[in-house]
Amino acid sequence: MSTAMKDLVEAHPFMTSMNEESIELVSGCARNVVFAPGSLLCAEGGDADTFYLLRRGRVSISAHVPGRGSVVIETVGAGDVVGWSWLVPPYRWTFDARAMDAVGCIAIDGACLRVKALTDPSLGFALLSKVSMTLLERLQATRMRLLDLYGDHRVE
Amino acid sequence: MSSDRTLSTRPSHVAPRENLDVLTPILHRVVERIAETNDITTLVLEPLEPPSMNFRCGQFNMLCAFGVGEIAISMSSAPSESTLRHSIRDVGAVSHALCQSSAGDLVGVRGPFGSDWLVESDVDQRDIVVVAGGIGLAPLRGAVEELVRANQRGGGRVFVLVGAREPSQIVFRADLDSWEARGAKVSLTVDLATPEWDGRVGLVTTLLANAGFDATNSRAMLCGPEVMMRFTARALVDLGMDPEGILVSLERNMQCGVGWCGHCQLGPLLLCRDGPVVPYAGLVSQLLTQRER
Repeated sequence: MSTAMKDLVEAHPFMTSMNEESIELVSGCARNVVFAPGSLLCAEGGDADTFYLLRRGRVSISAHVPGRGSVVIETVGAGDVVGWSWLVPPYRWTFDARAMDAVGCIAIDGACLRVKALTDPSLGFALLSKVSMTLLERLQATRMRLLDLYGDHRVE
Repeated sequence: MSSDRTLSTRPSHVAPRENLDVLTPILHRVVERIAETNDITTLVLEPLEPPSMNFRCGQFNMLCAFGVGEIAISMSSAPSESTLRHSIRDVGAVSHALCQSSAGDLVGVRGPFGSDWLVESDVDQRDIVVVAGGIGLAPLRGAVEELVRANQRGGGRVFVLVGAREPSQIVFRADLDSWEARGAKVSLTVDLATPEWDGRVGLVTTLLANAGFDATNSRAMLCGPEVMMRFTARALVDLGMDPEGILVSLERNMQCGVGWCGHCQLGPLLLCRDGPVVPYAGLVSQLLTQRER
């Protein structure tokens, strides 16, 4: 693992407040990747073996809906994370993630990280805490959108 | 008993005589009707007789559709603009009647009422974060216009973050482009994407973290659904913004416009008089989490 990779991983907001040892372990499973606009980071139904820490560019999370094509559910950008399915069986992607423009990110090998997390509970706890925090934020945002706040709620 | 004596001994809840005129609508003519979206219309008004109204950004008028009723609508123009604009969402009988107005029609206008965004004090160097949801951009439009002008004179950077249900519901597209061209940082997001939309999809709060403002040296103006403002205000505080620097625009059932009737009460506040623009810090942050009874 290069120092440069460790620096990249450490600089990502997802790693904020993680200790040095955990950052080093995560960095050992990481590689720097780029995606051209329109290319898929992951496809629904595929093996979820990676998660991505976005450094630049935007990614759309979408699902294919018969009759409507690919429907974008959410977009994420620099500082965000793409992919949770590597963490829980059966390790399959449940949505498509597509680069909306040139995307630069750190790809983390999920299988590699799972093994490290199993053997190092402090890393496992730190990772789960981080993932849970991000999932909670996404869940709350989704719940807010379910309220349809801008909808046509007649008031007079 | 003379009328002077009546005034001098009046109970505190009785209005002074000089204020009674605020209940009389002043006739205005619709000079232009602009369809902003399928259910939001902007009416450009001018008084039948001068003078034109003096107001501050964020204040509201009571607009009267004669024979139907009266509703509170914030001005969507800046005081420095030559026209008086109100942007109205068609959600009920009165707003429907107003939205159906044509050029030449007459409407009644009472106002201006309430508090404002205090944009005059924004010639300082702090970043200004404007967060609007849906039609919530209307009461902010004039303020943003003034802030963009202030920025060009050396004032703080202006960040405009807008959320809408879907792309077709984003209002004031030309203004958003104009503000961006004049240096404001404009970010849009929608809850529901359409196939042709290539922008962001998600809650307006997701725009905050990467917008680029310095939360510790900025202030914010929020207008939109109350739940949106609540969550946005909390997110801004989490990012390090001083709650005292966050203003929100609240709405209740405004009727008299001057704090007499009490229909717009929120806790100890009468929002037509003490609002609609109020500081988020302290009392208001607590009131926003209280359930209505």
